[in-house]
Amino acid sequence: MSFSVSLSGLAPSAAEGADDGFVAPGPGSFELPPVFHIGDFGVTKPMLLLVLSAVLILAFTIAASRKEQMVPSRLQFAGETVYGFVRNTLARDNIGSEHFMKFVPYLFSLFMFILVNNYYGVIPFVQFSTFSRIGFVVPLALLTWVIYIGAGMWKHGVLGYFKHATMPSGVSGPILILLVPLEFFSNILVRPVTLTLRLFGNMFAGHLLLILFATGGAALLTSGNLLYGGVGILSFALGVGVSFLEMLVMFLQAYVFTLLTSMYIGEALADEH
Amino acid sequence: MDASPTKGKAVEGSINMIGLGLSAIGPGVGIGLIFAAFISGVARQPEAQSRLQSIAILGFVLAEALFIITVALAFVLPI
Repeated sequence: MSFSVSLSGLAPSAAEGADDGFVAPGPGSFELPPVFHIGDFGVTKPMLLLVLSAVLILAFTIAASRKEQMVPSRLQFAGETVYGFVRNTLARDNIGSEHFMKFVPYLFSLFMFILVNNYYGVIPFVQFSTFSRIGFVVPLALLTWVIYIGAGMWKHGVLGYFKHATMPSGVSGPILILLVPLEFFSNILVRPVTLTLRLFGNMFAGHLLLILFATGGAALLTSGNLLYGGVGILSFALGVGVSFLEMLVMFLQAYVFTLLTSMYIGEALADEH
Repeated sequence: MDASPTKGKAVEGSINMIGLGLSAIGPGVGIGLIFAAFISGVARQPEAQSRLQSIAILGFVLAEALFIITVALAFVLPI
């Protein structure tokens, strides 16, 4: 029984001593109490983690680029691998060799930022992906939105960009009445929404799944029924499997967000043909 | 064994979750088709892997978006 007490102390979303025992985790599990207050403003765990991620990335990139050598040290090699991945695979292949260097700083910071904030979800004692709160994802998507529309306007002019984005080349006549609103909707209005929901939804669903397997497994194990206990062990085993899946998804989402950003920029900068 | 309906507990939950499960079918099939095409493309022409990979992941992401939007809506909409 001491096991169940210590577990419910660790995971506030688990059931605590009620007759029904187990309360399934839900969106409420993501609403953490403030750690401390500044005036009336409560500072919560994801806010602190967000600031910590900026410090971590800054420390990593400074340490990796401080002593540049012809034969790189391990840290320099790691930094250069990430940078080279973003610059070559994401930026150059999608934006084109003419303008891509202007966008590499943004894409690299975006990739590192999302990667670190996602991997908080599997680090012991941290275990909270910052981006499983939607409020932290919206500004990132809006920033990407402003940057790719701005890049298009810089290249084609304001009206030229809207023409470029909403009128597919080689189409003319009355079909444009149908196409222009559709293209405007899909290229300009929906993109930031899907960017936000994709990152948020993946982090949210993954974290919810992990909470469910952990707290559900604990509730089954401590239920006192031998058969339920067996299922509880199975639940923990599945939770470990899902953690590995989540690690893949966390990398993939950082990759996909940066890939889509560079694709949108590349599309906005493309020449008419 | 007493089979009276008051004995057992009613199943509670949101019907949104059924819709969530249904919405996973389409993207599941779609993502399977995308990666099947990717694998056969790489088997045919291994040197094209790096080009095909980003296209495959883009398609995967777009197909997955349908489900992800439903995940968000399933928790946001009441009941």
